Parts: sequence; C-alpha cells; structure tokens
Amino acid sequence: MDDRAQRVIDILIHSFWPILKAGLEFTIPLTLITFVLGLILGLLTAFARLSGIKPLVGIAKFYVWIFRGTPLLVQLFIIFYGLPSVGLTLKPLPSAIIGFTLNMGAYNSEILRAAISSIGKGQWEAAFSIGMTKAQAMKRIILPQATRVSIPPLGNSFISLVKDTSLAATITVSELFQKGQQIASATYEPLWLYIEVAVIYLIFSTILTYAQSKVEYRFERHVEK
Amino acid sequence: MINISHLHKQFGDLEVLKGIDLNMEKGKTTVIIGPSGSGKTTLLRCLNLLEIPNQGEISLGNYELSFSPGKKLRPQEISAFRKQTGMVFQGYHLFPHKTALENVMEGQIVVQKKSKQEAREKALDILDKVGLKNRADNYPHQLSGGQQQRVGIARALAMDPEVMLFDEPTSALDPELVGDVLKVMKDLSEEGMTMVVVTHEMRFARDAADQVIFIDDGVIVEKGTPEEVFEHTSHNRTRQFLNKIEEA
Ligand SMILES: Nc1ncnc2c1ncn2[C@@H]1O[C@H](COP(=O)(O)OP(=O)(O)OP(=O)(O)O)[C@@H](O)[C@H]1O
Ligand SMILES: [Mg+2]
Repeated sequence: MDDRAQRVIDILIHSFWPILKAGLEFTIPLTLITFVLGLILGLLTAFARLSGIKPLVGIAKFYVWIFRGTPLLVQLFIIFYGLPSVGLTLKPLPSAIIGFTLNMGAYNSEILRAAISSIGKGQWEAAFSIGMTKAQAMKRIILPQATRVSIPPLGNSFISLVKDTSLAATITVSELFQKGQQIASATYEPLWLYIEVAVIYLIFSTILTYAQSKVEYRFERHVEK
Repeated sequence: MINISHLHKQFGDLEVLKGIDLNMEKGKTTVIIGPSGSGKTTLLRCLNLLEIPNQGEISLGNYELSFSPGKKLRPQEISAFRKQTGMVFQGYHLFPHKTALENVMEGQIVVQKKSKQEAREKALDILDKVGLKNRADNYPHQLSGGQQQRVGIARALAMDPEVMLFDEPTSALDPELVGDVLKVMKDLSEEGMTMVVVTHEMRFARDAADQVIFIDDGVIVEKGTPEEVFEHTSHNRTRQFLNKIEEA
C-alpha cells in the first residue's frame, strides 16, 4: 500500500469518532428536539386551520405560506445573522432549534391537516351520535385514526430532518457536517472526509428508517382497509 | 314520546323537508319508507340534530326544541337532546381502531363517565344480546357486515337511549346477513324500545311496525298501520312505490 492510501485510512479512522460524536451530541438531539417541537407546532397550526375561526385560519395560512415558500437556509440566516441587528441575538443552537421547528411546523401542519380531513364525516357523526362533544370526538376518535394516516409522511419528514440539520453548520452549530468540514480543511482530504460524513449520515438515516418501519407496522394493524 | 310539527329543512335553495307533522308513541316502532331523495335520512338526522331543522318543533322525551332561521342552539342543548337518541347508520361507522367491546364501552366511559369495569360488564351484556359476545375482542375489519352492524346497534344501545333511530341498517349488507340484523331489531321492538326505522325491508315493516309512514318529496303522503299502507292504500304514489319495491 502506498503512503497516500495509508495516510487517508489513518485520517478516516481517527476522524470517525469525532465526527460520529458530533452527530450524537448535536445532530441527533437537534433532530429529536425539533421533531417533537415541530410536531406540536404543526398540530396547533392544523387545529387553527381547521377551527373555522377566521383570524386563526388566516394566521395559520400566512405562517405556512411563509415557511414553506422560502428556503430553510434563508430562514436560518435571518434568525441567526439578521435578528441581532434588531437587538435579538441568539446562540447558534437555539437559533437552529427555532429555525428548524418553525420550518417543520409548517410542513407538519399540512400533513396533519390532510390526515385529520381524511377521516370520514361518518366517524364524527358516529361519535356525536353517542353524545360526544367535538373535543371528545377529536381526541378519542379522529386523532388516533389521523395519527395512523400521518405516520408514513411524518416518518419521511423525520428522515429528511436528520439530513437537513447539516444546514445548521452554516450558522456555526458544531454538528456532524461542520466537524467533517473542519477535519477536511485541516487534512486536505475533502473527497474522503465528505464520503465519511455521508456514510455516517447514511448510518443514522438507515437506523431511523428501520425504526420508522417498526412504528408504522405497529400502528397499521387495525386501520380500516 | 316524539312530536314533530311543521318541520322544515333546506340545504341551500333545496327544500328537502316541507313541513313534516308526526307523532310517535313510547314503545312503538315507526317505519319510514319512500323513494330515494325523498328526505328520509334527513328527517332521521333532524331527530338527533345531526341536521338542524330550519323551522318547526320537535319534542322528544324531556326536551322540546323549536327552530327558526336566525336561531342558533347552544351545544349543551344539542347534546342534552341528542343523548336521548341512539343512531344506527347505513354504513355502520364503527370506530376502526377499537375492538367491538371498546366500541360499545366508548360512550359509557367518555360521555357517561362510567368506570372501565362497569362499562365492560354492560358492554358484554349488550354484545351478548346481539349475539356477538364471542367476537368482543375482534376489530371491526375482522367482522362481517352483519356483525359490524350489530355492534353498531350495541354501541347505540349502551347509551340507554329513549329512542333508537335506524337509517337503512341492512341495505349495505349481503342478503344472507340481513336476517341476523333484522332479528336483533325485531327483538328490540318487541321489548318495547321506541324505534324509528328507515328501511325497505317490507317483511320487517309488516312484522314489527306499529306505524308506517310513506314520505315523498319532503312531505308525508300517508301514514297508517302496515296493513293500511301496504294492503289498502288509496294513494297512487304509495301504490307505485310499493310495486317498484316488490319488483326489485
Ligand atoms: N348535506 C346535504 N347538502 C345538500 N343536499 C343534501 C344534503 N343531504 C341531503 N341532501 C339532499 O336532500 C335530498 C334528500 O336526501 P335524503 O338523504 O334525506 O334522502 P333519502 O330519502 O334518505 O334518500 P335515499 O333513499 O337515497 O337514502 C336529496 O336530494 C339530497 O341530495
Ligand atoms: Mg337515505
């Protein structure tokens, strides 16, 4: 084996753990936190859209329009680099969490709204006919079924999120990708380093895809066919 | 028990119920027949306020409601009135994520706030009554249409309604499954449940009905005993309609 190959292998072995660690310390927590917050925000937004209360519907629509219609990267830059000029300075990680959450919330609200709307009128009426209120019907009858419907698309947006968190590097969060970038520029081996980074993302998303399929299986057992 | 007067319902410009007057006594079974689109389902849905009438009055059990165009009922009024009724749908509409037993327990727990134990015992009793105790742990998709519909009946009965409303409960069923459902309904009728049934099952109407209503184009054309309506009708429209059903 020549020296160049040996050097690359050494670099890859030595960089593997630091990059993986950045993934475990930042990428995964950032993904999980923003997924949960994005789900809550998405659900609230979906409720607002379906509430029939004009101002709420308007606010929800406006929010979704803005955050689905502009690039996530631009949203992150506005929060992290832009807001300080009006006196609102946030640290990198909170900026990333806010940016990703707002973006996820917009997409999730559309997934959840579609899922809730997909549950037939008959289910609402059956719930009303045994005396349930709207809130009870939503909680006990509609949401559990809508959850099942929305799990595949939510799973997909979860997997996309893992990869999208690499954008946090651009606002100086020292997550997986940024760690790879640092090592790549220090060692002058961008090709191999970025392949290594790609492999580590692949490991994460493969594990998460597997988990997603398990969850889907659990939830789909009794869906009306 | 049920008193309907001058009831009107329209959807947009389409007037579907054009002044219905009707009495139903406690413990009696009323069968409603009529052509497609005549307003049968709408009338039934007005009785549990799934549709809010535009005009008229309905008194049912302890409650009397009057309707007029500008008036909006409070949710509590609707809910108190509705609790006196049980509804069985043409398409069953069981809760697919719950077992047969859970379907029958659901209202008892959520609406009547009973304990799980109490709700379960009662649900099992009622499932036994409709012949499905052994299918209690099955999910709806594991049951035949006829079994699903009997769970639908059990779910409504569990709420101890004063009146049971049935909207073509057997018309989505394969012919061989119709009998089991009608048997359950007939038993209920004989036990003295007050029932309003939209159906084209003439056998059931003859055997179980105390009163038959023929409705066409949003008005009641004729009412009487099954014999009066089926054998001795003097109304052309009724005659034509009955002939059509018998051919089918
Ligand atoms: N929600 C609604 N909006 C608009 N029109 C409606 C609505 N519900 C019913 N209609 C119309 O009202 C008329 C009566 O409908 P209804 O369902 O009461 O008839 P029906 O007697 O039950 O007929 P079928 O035997 O076919 O079930 C029909 O013309 C129908 O299209
Ligand atoms: Mg109908």
